Amino acid sequence: MTSSTDRAPAMPFPPPRTCPLHQPPEYDRLRTEEPVARAAMPHGGEAWLITRYEDVRAVLADPRFSSDRRKPGFPRIHPAVIAAQDHGVPARPNMIGLDGAEHAANRRPVLSEFTVKRVRAMRPRIQAIVDEHIDAMLAAGSPADLVTSLSLPVPSLVICELLGVPYADHEFFQSCTAELLSFSTTGGGRADAMNRMLAYMDRLCAAKEADPGDDLLGRVITKQRTAGDGTDDHEHLVGLAVILLVAGHETTANVISLGTAALLNDPALAAPLRSGTGSTPALVEELVRYFSITGAVTSRAATEDTTIGGTPIRAGEGVVALVPAANHDPDAFDSPDRIDPERGSRHHLGFGYGVHQCLGQNLARLELEIVFDTLFRRIPTLRLDAPLDTLPFKDDAAIYGLNELPVAW
Amino acid sequence: MSAPADPRRSRVAADREVCVGAGQCVLTAPEVFDQDEDDGRVVLLDDRPEGERAESARRAVWLCPSHALSVVP
Repeated sequence: MTSSTDRAPAMPFPPPRTCPLHQPPEYDRLRTEEPVARAAMPHGGEAWLITRYEDVRAVLADPRFSSDRRKPGFPRIHPAVIAAQDHGVPARPNMIGLDGAEHAANRRPVLSEFTVKRVRAMRPRIQAIVDEHIDAMLAAGSPADLVTSLSLPVPSLVICELLGVPYADHEFFQSCTAELLSFSTTGGGRADAMNRMLAYMDRLCAAKEADPGDDLLGRVITKQRTAGDGTDDHEHLVGLAVILLVAGHETTANVISLGTAALLNDPALAAPLRSGTGSTPALVEELVRYFSITGAVTSRAATEDTTIGGTPIRAGEGVVALVPAANHDPDAFDSPDRIDPERGSRHHLGFGYGVHQCLGQNLARLELEIVFDTLFRRIPTLRLDAPLDTLPFKDDAAIYGLNELPVAW
Repeated sequence: MSAPADPRRSRVAADREVCVGAGQCVLTAPEVFDQDEDDGRVVLLDDRPEGERAESARRAVWLCPSHALSVVP
C-alpha cells in the first residue's frame, strides 16, 4: 500500500537551467529515470511532471485532463492559478481555461480569422511592418535593442491591426502583459494589472459594439448578432480580446528574440538565412520546438482516475505536461539538444496539442518566417553586442524569452 | 468480383464537430484538406487520396491535435 508519506520527498519545481539556451538538465534525468514524477509546486501542493513525448501528447489530447485552473489539484505554478483557486478570479475564464463544449463555444467564433489562407493573405502587410521597423533600426544606427526595435513591435502591430486595437496604446498593454506573465507579480499587483487590462478592453469593446468595424472584434460582434438572439455577449468579447492581445504579441516576440540570439550565437545556423538558401519555415518550426517557450503553461487537473505511462493518476491530482521536456525527447527527435532545421520537426508540441493547440500558430509561423528572413537578409553583419550569458533572460515568467537583446552591425 | 484494394489508396474522414481549426492538415496535405472560409473548420477536398497524397493525409491524421481526422482502411 502506498500513501503520500511513503513517497520520497517531492523535488521542487521548476528546476534551474544551467545554460540560458538549454532546457533544465533535470528534465533529461526525469525522462530517463522517472518519466511520471511527483514535484512540489512553488505555491503549495504537489503535481505530476510528465516528461516523455508520447506521454505529454497523450495528456494534452485527453479530455479527462481539465484546463480549468479553478479545479482542485490544478498545479499551483503561476499566480494566475492561485487567483483562480483561492479567489475565483477571473469569474469567467477565457478559452485557455475552459473545457469541452464551453471551450468550443469560445474558440469557434474566431477560427475563420486564423485559417492558413487568411493568414497567408496577411503576408504583404506583415512584410511592410517588418521592413518599416528595420528601416528605422538602420536609420537610428548601430547598436540597438532588438526587443524594443523589432521583436515586440512587429507582433504587437500585427495583432492590433487584426483585432482593431489602437497600437498607440502598446506601452500600456505590453506592460500589463509583462506583469500578468511574471512569477513575481502576486496578489494586488496581478489583480491590478488584470483590472486595468479588462477596463481598457471593456471600453474598447463597448465602442466596437456601438459601431462594429471591419476588424476581428467587429466581425465577431456582427457574427454573434446574426447567429444569436441579436444581443451582444459583452463579457465574452472582452475576455476574447484580452487573451488574443496577450497571446498574440508576447509569445511571438519571445521566439524572435531567442531565435535571433541562437542564430547570432552560431554562424553556421545563420548562414543559410544570410545567403537566402535553406528553408526558413523549417528553421522556424525547429526554433519553436527547441525553445518551447510556454514551459509549464500546459498544466492540467485530472478529473477521473487514469494512467499515464503506467503510473496511476487520481482524479483531483495536478499534471504538468512538460512540453520543453517532450520536445527534447530523443525518442521523438534525434540529438534533440541541437538546433537542426533539416530534421523535420513539425510533430513538435511547441504550439501545444489537443483542443487547446495554439489558435494563432499559423500567424506566428508567418511572422517568424518574415522576421528572420528579412532581418538577416537586410542586416547580414548583425551580431550580439553583449556576451550571451549576460543577457536578461526571462527566468521569472510563465513564457520564456528575453527582456533585452543588444545587437550591433 | 471486385478488384483487390490498392494499399496506397485509403478513405479519409474528417469530423467537423471535433475540429478546432488549428490548420495542421492544410499545412501537411493541402490537396486533401482545406478550411471552411466561414467557420474555419476542416473541409475534405479528396476523400480517397492516392500515392503521395495518401502519405501526407496519413501524416495529417497523426498531427491533427483534436483527433478530428481518421483513415478508414
